Amino acid sequence: MNYLIDIFLIAISAALINNFVLHYFVGICPFIGVSRNIDMAFGMGCAVTFVMAIAAFISWVVTTFILIPGAPVTTFIAGIFLPAEQAKAVDLTILSYIVYIFAIASSVQFVEMYVRKFFPPLYKSFGVFLPLITTNCAILFACLMIMSKVVVDNPAEAWDIGRALVLAIFGGVGFTIAIVIMAGIREELDMCDVPKPFQGAAITLVTAGILAMGFMGFTGVDSGLRKALMPKPVQQASITPVKPDDAGPSLALAHKLVIPQQEQNDK
Amino acid sequence: MSNEPTPLERFIQGIIPENPTYRQMLGLCPTLAVTGNLKSAMTMAGAVLFVLFCANVIVSLIRNILKPHLRIVIFTLTIATFVTIVDRFLAAYMYSMSKALGPYIPLIIVNCIIICRCEVCASKQSVIHAGADAIGQSIGFALGLGSIAAVREILGAGSLLGFHVLPSCWPNWVIMALPPGAFFTFGLLMGTVNWFVSKKEKKQNNA
Repeated sequence: MNYLIDIFLIAISAALINNFVLHYFVGICPFIGVSRNIDMAFGMGCAVTFVMAIAAFISWVVTTFILIPGAPVTTFIAGIFLPAEQAKAVDLTILSYIVYIFAIASSVQFVEMYVRKFFPPLYKSFGVFLPLITTNCAILFACLMIMSKVVVDNPAEAWDIGRALVLAIFGGVGFTIAIVIMAGIREELDMCDVPKPFQGAAITLVTAGILAMGFMGFTGVDSGLRKALMPKPVQQASITPVKPDDAGPSLALAHKLVIPQQEQNDK
Repeated sequence: MSNEPTPLERFIQGIIPENPTYRQMLGLCPTLAVTGNLKSAMTMAGAVLFVLFCANVIVSLIRNILKPHLRIVIFTLTIATFVTIVDRFLAAYMYSMSKALGPYIPLIIVNCIIICRCEVCASKQSVIHAGADAIGQSIGFALGLGSIAAVREILGAGSLLGFHVLPSCWPNWVIMALPPGAFFTFGLLMGTVNWFVSKKEKKQNNA
């Protein structure tokens, strides 16, 4: 039961509260570039979700079995050359960035070939976006987030594959929501009389700012939900399941600022 | 770019006429994410300078043995190597800054500026051209980041680089330090830049 609640809260948190685009600012380039009409935006969102899930799976497997100290595969291979004590201490996390980007690039390539061969209609609808996705920061960001949850001091707290996949899929859903809303707004914007210097990217960014303000309204929903769902009242209600990482002073400030208000409301 | 620009021209091109932030709109994730205050923005710009310079030089050195269909992979792996170096360096010598920048340092790998410069410039030109181009683009990037960060820090916290510049009666516009503030500031600054550019062009056309 606790596991299900955990999964549910991770999903809500990834899709709405800590929306990848509007909270962490990753995947801004397609958000500005491909949000001209709703169909294309939706195709892009689906492609990102798809690749993100695959990349998350690969990165979880690679991190757990190869990169972290004491990982089974590494320990086995290093055990051939080194005594068991040292083999357990081999830490390959320094290679993680190179491994992740390589995994993403190759999985995108394979997904593209596979989809083109076996699902031609699907390829027609979002195949064109696939090569673009390699350099989409949202994918690498999801991998890094999973890595930060797997590489922890206490092995019992490390995330399992289910949590990692849920984070990736709902992160992608959050991206899709944001980009589709944006595309809807931009279709209307085309009919508006925007001052000339602001046409194009500038007005899109200002609109995104208003959208981000709207999504800020979700802050604290997860701690409230956790309180409501957990059988026993948790001591520290302000701890969110996906902890707001220290991503820049601005975000740290955001949580400091919002959480006290939330607690007041709860009282 | 038909007639070969000199290294100096390349250097100047990157700062204002082809400013990566305002004119080319590349590398927007760090632009929005780390500009909460000027210090983190400048650290980010420094990291990008190092990675872009090293990647450009390396790519330029190996440009003759690059296979066309493998080039993107080579670029990415080169960049990833240097980003790992920067990341370890920051974690060792500027620990609090490394914590604050968090995942945005590794995200330099997929920053479009660097891949774009490798592709457009470094894979076709000599080492000196590539190096000058990298430094010019990085300074342009630093200017873009710095302008946004300065506006956000002054309005959001009333300070600049930690020193108070506005009187203490200033009600801090907290929204400027939060995610929406980044979008607003960047959007409005971009509009302003576009306005200046169009005004300048009009003047040139009239003259």
